[in-house]
Amino acid sequence: MDLITQWLGWMPNLTPGLVISLQLTGLALLIGFPFGLLLAVMAEAKFKPFQWISFAFVEIGRGLPALVLLYLLYFSLPDAGITLTSLTTAIIALSWNTGAYASEYFRAGLAAVPLGQKEAAITSGLSGWTGFRIVILPQALRISTPPLAGLAVLVFQGSALAFVIAVPELMSKAFEIGSITFEYLSVYTLTAVIYGTLTLIFLGLVRILELRLGRHLLRN
Amino acid sequence: MITQLLTSIAQGVGLTLYVTGASLLFGGLIGLVLVGAARSPIAIIRAAATLYINVVRVIPPITWLFLIYFGLPQYALRLSTLQAAIIGFSIIASAFMAEIYRSGLLSIPDGQREAAHALGLSPFTTVGHIITPQAFRVALPAIATYGIGLLKDSALASTIGVREITYYAQQSAKQTHEGLLSFVVAGALYIIISLVVALVARRVDLKLRRKIGVL
Repeated sequence: MDLITQWLGWMPNLTPGLVISLQLTGLALLIGFPFGLLLAVMAEAKFKPFQWISFAFVEIGRGLPALVLLYLLYFSLPDAGITLTSLTTAIIALSWNTGAYASEYFRAGLAAVPLGQKEAAITSGLSGWTGFRIVILPQALRISTPPLAGLAVLVFQGSALAFVIAVPELMSKAFEIGSITFEYLSVYTLTAVIYGTLTLIFLGLVRILELRLGRHLLRN
Repeated sequence: MITQLLTSIAQGVGLTLYVTGASLLFGGLIGLVLVGAARSPIAIIRAAATLYINVVRVIPPITWLFLIYFGLPQYALRLSTLQAAIIGFSIIASAFMAEIYRSGLLSIPDGQREAAHALGLSPFTTVGHIITPQAFRVALPAIATYGIGLLKDSALASTIGVREITYYAQQSAKQTHEGLLSFVVAGALYIIISLVVALVARRVDLKLRRKIGVL
């Protein structure tokens, strides 16, 4: 019972942190997914330099630990004369990381659309871009959605990394409470419960989404 | 400048490899127990294993590390940073390794077990000599991929003060004001280690495939 009252007492302090964690996740997805799609399209482009740029962004975003990418931007941007808040830096780093992973899923989705669809679009008189937009892309997105939703859950967990550059998100709020009360075990258990519960809810939503997207396959 | 940075940051390579290797080893062993428990005939053991795997996976790694490093000393269980990191990553790795083993086991047709039974092999011999070698071969690429993921996750150990690659990169970034270069060097080290691990895994995989005559 004591534990519950203690936890309830901390919630007002933790909630603003959770809001920032969710904001960070949301923005990283909002920027990261379109960025990933751009990288995927660039990787398939005929113009070689586009392929190289895409390769560099993807390999750096996926090859470096997210923490190193975060520090890299945090310590180097100010030297380049760009001063950003730690939250903005975290959003850029997480978006890059997300985009790099997402691009692989988008590429797999694009590759899974049969070539005949593209040929049919051309035969129907749709120009390259229109054909891509209204014929290829919707089919590719349907294939890429389940892995992307799974990635979104991982991005939420990854948002905890922003703690290291002093973004006032859930982990740093928990750390603050811990250093004041010395109840580290209790406060981190509560944090773990919050992350765990939300992740489970997200995973449940992903599962429902997968079932919904697979409906047209079940009917046949 | 860059050689100076490289020599100071490369000091962390040893501990990065140590944390990754030890966690993969312990996690791999606990994972074996878990996958055994998940296939146990007793429902409660099965449920406990599934619960453990899910609880571990839904909590971010950094929260695990902080919980162990800052939380446990409250109960007089004082751990060094290195111990805390290895315990934390072993717990995380065990859940993921259990899932990898499970998919490896699922790929072995039931006929193998039945054939072993028909030949009069004991269940113990069947698991040791028939199932495990085949399942391991299937699981190896996934284990290597996870190992590389764990290598990158091990950067988190720097947040509780383990002196690995990221820790030294942070130190030199602060001391030399060469933030970009320090973390470029650190990133390059991670990528080089990942590439080496991937190459070795591919060679072992090829060797195992040749041995059984696939390819």
